[in-house]
Amino acid sequence: MSPRKIRLSTTPTQEALDDLQLGDIVYLDGLMYTAREGVYKRALEEKANIPMELPRDSAANFHCSPAARINPDGSFEMGAVTATASFRFAKWLPEWMEKSGAKLIIGKGGMTSKDYKSFFVPNGAIYLSTVGYGTGALLGRGVEKVEAVHWNEELGLAQAMWVIRCNNMGPFIVASDKHGDCLFERENAKIAENLHRVYEGTRPATLKRYGETDDRSDEVI
Amino acid sequence: MIPIDIIQKTAETLMDKAAIEIPQDYLDGLQAAADVEDGDLSSFVLQAMLENYEAAKEDRRAMCGDTGTPRWYVKMGNETQIEGGPIALEAALRRATANATNGVPLRPNRVHPLWRTDHDNNVGIGAPEIEYGYEPGGEWIDLITVHKGGLFGTDYRMLFPSDGIEGIKRFYLDSLVAFGKRGLACQPAIIGIGLGGCKDTCMVLGKRAACLRTVGSENSDPKIAALEREFKEIGNSIGMGAMGFVGKSMVVDCNIEVGYCHTGGMQMSVHAFCLSSRRAVARVFADGRVEYRTDPDWFTDYQRRETVDWDAPAMEAAE
Repeated sequence: MSPRKIRLSTTPTQEALDDLQLGDIVYLDGLMYTAREGVYKRALEEKANIPMELPRDSAANFHCSPAARINPDGSFEMGAVTATASFRFAKWLPEWMEKSGAKLIIGKGGMTSKDYKSFFVPNGAIYLSTVGYGTGALLGRGVEKVEAVHWNEELGLAQAMWVIRCNNMGPFIVASDKHGDCLFERENAKIAENLHRVYEGTRPATLKRYGETDDRSDEVI
Repeated sequence: MIPIDIIQKTAETLMDKAAIEIPQDYLDGLQAAADVEDGDLSSFVLQAMLENYEAAKEDRRAMCGDTGTPRWYVKMGNETQIEGGPIALEAALRRATANATNGVPLRPNRVHPLWRTDHDNNVGIGAPEIEYGYEPGGEWIDLITVHKGGLFGTDYRMLFPSDGIEGIKRFYLDSLVAFGKRGLACQPAIIGIGLGGCKDTCMVLGKRAACLRTVGSENSDPKIAALEREFKEIGNSIGMGAMGFVGKSMVVDCNIEVGYCHTGGMQMSVHAFCLSSRRAVARVFADGRVEYRTDPDWFTDYQRRETVDWDAPAMEAAE
């Protein structure tokens, strides 16, 4: 069975978000902005003014820094676009969602169902995962235009806030739903059932590591 | 004498090729994995990746937005002389890295570990790494660039002889499952395993096994080659595929390299070269000829030698 494919606005209606199911494939239209460590630190810890009108202009927060350059004439060259692992940003996201009204959090690897239930569901937000990883060239094709790069001088190219106009940009996979269920945890649970069989005939290391666990159903993020 | 301007120009071309063109051996390996994958989501992911490689080549854009941490492996024949010497060579490779970061463009990933200073060119303290190897005979230089992702999929453990193959298998599975969950290792990957050496050389061996050997290659020791085949099979029977979804494609190939170690130990490292297994190679000759390829051909009999002296004639016959 091939997955369902959906086109979605980066300023989506709540109805469209509620309709998304784990494993759906999504293509995006509209403005999205990138935000990783530097952006959260600057906006939330240093209380700098966010240089966009959010969520009016965009409700799509992309955990990404592109392979891109700023030309001497100020224009932009964007090649490939791939997400970075999102779990590192979980500590900033509740405050960010409150401030920015973000509805689509896009990244790599997702977050925990605990995160989804505690601050995604109350804010009506959904997590979209990039595919691969990473389909950098395909996503790069979905970039119609780079509208702006904010905080480049303060944060550098890789940490700056890139504002991207997307046209049928994808694929992305729906990795959380309106109930806060987590696609990756669902898959991990299925895989864990089989692990004892694969581990047959192996033996634990003679020298243990401090704090080591053998619980293979552990979530590692 | 190898002209330095040709080295720099070739190095820039290699940076571009590595970032954009998936090596054919990896592509064939992934296609074979896609042919047998039957997990719905895993299959979708592999098909998307196959389309992505085509898009990268058509558009001449990097295949992945995270263009890794570019590094250089340099190998030369014993008679090789470089215009300007080794200092000029290192300067040329650093310039090529910086120029290509802006030119392709690549993501300027390299920053200071504490101050997060970013020169926006992938050059800084110790970056790019430049490692060297030598071969008996010949006047040529092989320039090999590898753009490996830098965050997930690698681990090291001190095992002991009493841990045996069963202990090696356990740590191998632990590494694949831990980093395979949610697809953090960007599998299916070329898994490189280093066994023995000291801690640092064990890491170097494993990384080179992942990055400098091609899909389908085998260790010259038939018993190690048999282990490689067995480990590939084990990795693909975990029940996990691309992105950590239910599936059967974790390992495109498994390469093992060994080094002599302390009599009491059995060091082990595991490395994953991801869905964007980026490597490009060129040999530059003294007359300025350049031959491009994707097989680094790093692990020659000379690199794996275990004797005090080396008999040159066998090598010359192969030239």
